[in-house]
Amino acid sequence: MKAVILGGTSGMGRAIARRLAERGDSVFLLGTSEASLAKSAADLGARHPRGERASFAVCDLEQPEQFAAALDAADAALGAFDTVVLSAAMFATQDALEADVDLARRLTTVNYAHSIVFCEHARKRLLARGGGCLAVFASVAGDRGRKPVAIYGSSKAGLASYLEALDHKFSGAGLSVVCIKPGFVKTPMTASLKPPPFAGDADRVAEDVVRAIDRRAPIVYTPRIWALVMLVIRWLPRFVMRRIAF
Amino acid sequence: MLEGWGRIGAPGREDLATDLESLTMGAALSRGLGRSYGDSSLPAREDDRVAATRLADRILSFDPSTGILRAKAGLSLDALNRVFVPRGWFPPVTPGTKFVTLGGMVASDVHGKNHHVEGCFGAHVRALRMRLADDSVVECSPSEHEDLFFGTVGGMGLLGHVLEVELAMHRIPSPWIVMQRERVRGIDELVEALARAARVWPMTMGWLDASARGSALGRGVLMAGRWAAPDEAPRTPPRAPAERTLPFDFPSWALNPLTARAFNAAFYWAHLDARDERVVAPDPFFYPLDKILHWNRAYGARGFTQYQCVLPRAAGVEAVRALLERLAEFACASPLCVVKDCGPEGRGTLSFPLEGTSIAVDLAMSPDTERIVAALNAIVIAARGRVYLTKDRFTRAEHFRAMEPRLDAFFALRDKYDPARRLRSAQSVRLFGDRA
Repeated sequence: MKAVILGGTSGMGRAIARRLAERGDSVFLLGTSEASLAKSAADLGARHPRGERASFAVCDLEQPEQFAAALDAADAALGAFDTVVLSAAMFATQDALEADVDLARRLTTVNYAHSIVFCEHARKRLLARGGGCLAVFASVAGDRGRKPVAIYGSSKAGLASYLEALDHKFSGAGLSVVCIKPGFVKTPMTASLKPPPFAGDADRVAEDVVRAIDRRAPIVYTPRIWALVMLVIRWLPRFVMRRIAF
Repeated sequence: MLEGWGRIGAPGREDLATDLESLTMGAALSRGLGRSYGDSSLPAREDDRVAATRLADRILSFDPSTGILRAKAGLSLDALNRVFVPRGWFPPVTPGTKFVTLGGMVASDVHGKNHHVEGCFGAHVRALRMRLADDSVVECSPSEHEDLFFGTVGGMGLLGHVLEVELAMHRIPSPWIVMQRERVRGIDELVEALARAARVWPMTMGWLDASARGSALGRGVLMAGRWAAPDEAPRTPPRAPAERTLPFDFPSWALNPLTARAFNAAFYWAHLDARDERVVAPDPFFYPLDKILHWNRAYGARGFTQYQCVLPRAAGVEAVRALLERLAEFACASPLCVVKDCGPEGRGTLSFPLEGTSIAVDLAMSPDTERIVAALNAIVIAARGRVYLTKDRFTRAEHFRAMEPRLDAFFALRDKYDPARRLRSAQSVRLFGDRA
């Protein structure tokens, strides 16, 4: 496998990059900090069975004008990638987003609009070479409009809807789309929050995601218990949703 | 609330971040995976900053021609083994759980089944990068700032925050272990069998039934092992161990003297043959309890402590017998007791092992726990032994001082590197008189 990972220096993206490198896949990292990318590249090199050091390029999900050049750099380094993972995103609590509408605009733009732009660049390249895999992090927060994640969740809901349509439209052409829906996972992004029950860790999520990529699964809930939790929540009637804080 | 593995907590919270350099600035204590049993990784005060290292887990370099690895202090042994066992490398020393970080292994100067051959983990550490109490960052090694290096090895994180660890990994001939087990009928036989096995096997330990009395006192199972040669091992690598989890607390009465006795008897008699030898995977050999995540919940909400001491060879098997007899008198619930034949003392200023017999036993919390620990400590002091800080929660300061002639040397290092005692833990308040 030749994989490009945007967000591969931290959290779940980092854990996925490691799992791939450890089994001998080639990885190209995209991220915002050159220093952090270089350190992660060395880490992946030490983990790779043949010592293959990952290459990298700076690419910020807030800067869509960087996307095409970043993917070109990945193609040049890997020799035509076959897998693209998008794990980067913004997160903020509902309180913070309500207090600052500009933050809300930024977050929804990055998580929805820019993520779609990145996926469009990636899927066009994959389709041009006969297909491949596009694995993107949505969230269980997008499965139902809920009070504590009204804004963040809606950005992920929009992204999930796009991914579903992408699967419908291009699976025949060889593009497999994996929509990843993590529940609460203990990562640097959520380090300031108190973990709820069923909180997962990044490495377990990575194991599930890599399996889903290998099997071309269209949707993966991880940790898997969240599939059940969200099934229940999707069926709760409105009068209940209005009352509970969840 | 932060807890040690024994689940007795202290108010406080940890700060988590990937960047250990900035995280440790001004922090009072580093904390890895929280596997020390007592209060070593708990803050002295609720508002002390605790730097949780576990997200800082990058490998910085690995040289496959020498096995020299350098990594951030938060890298776990679990992750290290997953990457390197399939490639034919293993850490030179491993404790009985893989859910520990490199930084924690240094701070505790952990020992393993091969202590009689390889010494402690610190003996294989080549260099450390540290953040000191004055916020400066220094590199130390056995030849550079060596007092800082040896003070940090086994120093419970009190001389500085470990940022990076460089160690020499060992080559292994296969990812499998040849294990021999032998049932032994009493403490004299067990101590003798451990000494005999140590001459032949690079890895040894004993499990004994701490509830047996009289002539069965100290009956148990001796385990010895070595890495299997390629022609003795299955050709396929071991499967990843299936992990189960204890999803909730057992009620506190679940582990009581009666169930502990039943468990111990079952464990002893399960080894029907007096001796057997087979090839096993490394995980069940090194980390038998890791297959049940959160096994500490078996003790219920009351929590527990582990008592681990080492009794010098000179004190003889009589001291071991005296300790076991005292334990049996207290009849405290303890399913398994681990015995290890330790090699010579290492160079870490406060490193735990010394040449003799180490005994580790779980004690469920009860109103008597402090009294029991004090009584056991009296035997240890008389025998010129010592307790393991990584397990300890109840030893009194004056008892620790009586065990530890090296304490003044350690205090001198703290005076040099942290005169204001900015680095501290709940344990250092309890045992070293730091202000809370």
